Amino acid sequence: MSILVYIEQREGTLRPVSLEALGEATRLAASLGGPVVAVYCGATDANLASLGEAGADQVLVAKHAAFAHYDGAGYAAAVAAAARATEASVVLLAASSIGKDLAPRVAALLGVGLASDCTALDTTGGKLVARRPIMAGKLFEKLAFPLKPAMATLRPKAFAPAAPAAGKSASTSALAFEWDASAPRAVVTGVTGETGGKADLTEAEIIVSGGRGMKGPENFALIEKLAEALGATVGASRAVVDAGWRPHGDQVGQTGKTVSPKLYVAVGISGAIQHLAGMSSSRCIVAINKDPEAPIFKLADYGLVGDLFEVVPALTEAVKKVR
Amino acid sequence: MLQVVCIKQVPDTETRVKLAADGRSLDASGVTLILNPYDEFAVEQALRVKEQLGAGEVVAVAVGGAGVQTTLRNVLAMGADRAIHLKTDASAPDGLSVARALAEAIRPLDAGAVWFGKQAVDDDAAQVGPMVATLLGRPCVSVVAKFELAGQSAKVEREIEGGREQLEVPLPAVFTTDKGLNEPRYASLKGIMAAKKKAIEERPVDLGTPALERLALELPPPRKPGRIVGEGVAAIPELIRALREEVKVL
Repeated sequence: MSILVYIEQREGTLRPVSLEALGEATRLAASLGGPVVAVYCGATDANLASLGEAGADQVLVAKHAAFAHYDGAGYAAAVAAAARATEASVVLLAASSIGKDLAPRVAALLGVGLASDCTALDTTGGKLVARRPIMAGKLFEKLAFPLKPAMATLRPKAFAPAAPAAGKSASTSALAFEWDASAPRAVVTGVTGETGGKADLTEAEIIVSGGRGMKGPENFALIEKLAEALGATVGASRAVVDAGWRPHGDQVGQTGKTVSPKLYVAVGISGAIQHLAGMSSSRCIVAINKDPEAPIFKLADYGLVGDLFEVVPALTEAVKKVR
Repeated sequence: MLQVVCIKQVPDTETRVKLAADGRSLDASGVTLILNPYDEFAVEQALRVKEQLGAGEVVAVAVGGAGVQTTLRNVLAMGADRAIHLKTDASAPDGLSVARALAEAIRPLDAGAVWFGKQAVDDDAAQVGPMVATLLGRPCVSVVAKFELAGQSAKVEREIEGGREQLEVPLPAVFTTDKGLNEPRYASLKGIMAAKKKAIEERPVDLGTPALERLALELPPPRKPGRIVGEGVAAIPELIRALREEVKVL
């Protein structure tokens, strides 16, 4: 019986969201029993020595020439094989773009239920219970798992990595798995970056979002300057995205991204229900709006009533002075 | 080429939710049900592929109670040719039982492409598309933001953290669609009239024993009441102080 954690890589670099899942696995192992097993998929030998300190007791490496980029079907075959070989009671993945695609495939191969995008895991009577938002956070559901293994993907930033166990090492071995790479499959032909190294909205510590109050796409320069001063990622309301002022990837809300940063600054956003649903789990919310009756102020920890075209540049300067 | 679009009926995103008395489900009273917004992109893309090929058939499939036919009718009005309603009064809390029912219905259709929205905006699980692909043994690309048909394969893009991934995938394949893939059409009056004559085949379906059990449904914890720090530029020093000293985010 193991707690299995899928360790994600891009271009051979381990992604921090997987260490959050590994941290949660060590906490679960304390009540459900271990060992904590990490499974890694890649084309070349990676430096996985750090996984021991991050909580893994054992590392299984699924190496395949076709695994340089993410391959949904191939990775799923490997992770399912690892779950069977280690008789996993729990399988955890990050709810990242890879994890969200991979986990349902693994669940289908194993014939078990999957709780997506969980924000908390708990155990009662030796069994896993998952808590997860639905309707972008308007409600939370608690799920039990009648079948084994229990599978869950974990929302980025909702779980903490384990405190590094200095000097702890994990035994590493090759994973045996069967997968026919000659079967028809989707092949990654390229990866392009477009956010200039900024953290993705779903993984950002700080977000500055603009709404219809920005009055036009050209004024988002104000938002970008404030975001730069704060080290933040830029978001947007649905109205702004639908108007074509910002790309779709920037949208926060029920038909966009659900985010939970440390600080969310809503600028010129009135606060439609579908937007509030997507950001209400942020740790601290600041709203800047000229309308004191805007619904966003009911949710905000700190509200500032005023003309954003005066307030935002002044706030940017003030932030630069203290950071 | 026959294409399948799997759709779901969901509460409107403007819905203010209430819990039902059982503490495990949503109070359905006063809830407007709509086509899942992400499914609109799936329907639109299937129609565009059919138009590009100048031939073929688009079949809409949905799992649910009798009310689902209203939404299937909307999809027929957008331009789908026919619909299959996998009828059940059970609501499954897990993606797997729905995926199994869909896969069984889709398998004999010999579809060149199977389309889903990337997730349903009610349960936000984003599971059924990749599960169906796995059960059917077909290649799958989820969260597709760009699609180009290239003979017997497709060139697609999907959004990943901080960028985009380009993929090539041979057909038949399964796709789940993201916002931004296309601009979904509205049903025309002619389309609405034509939809009345299109067939919705009703098939009873047994979702079996669910692979997940919902123990409870809860409202989010209430947030601590906030405060207005002040008006205009004059309030900035107080805002900065609060962020530094009270929440320590600066």
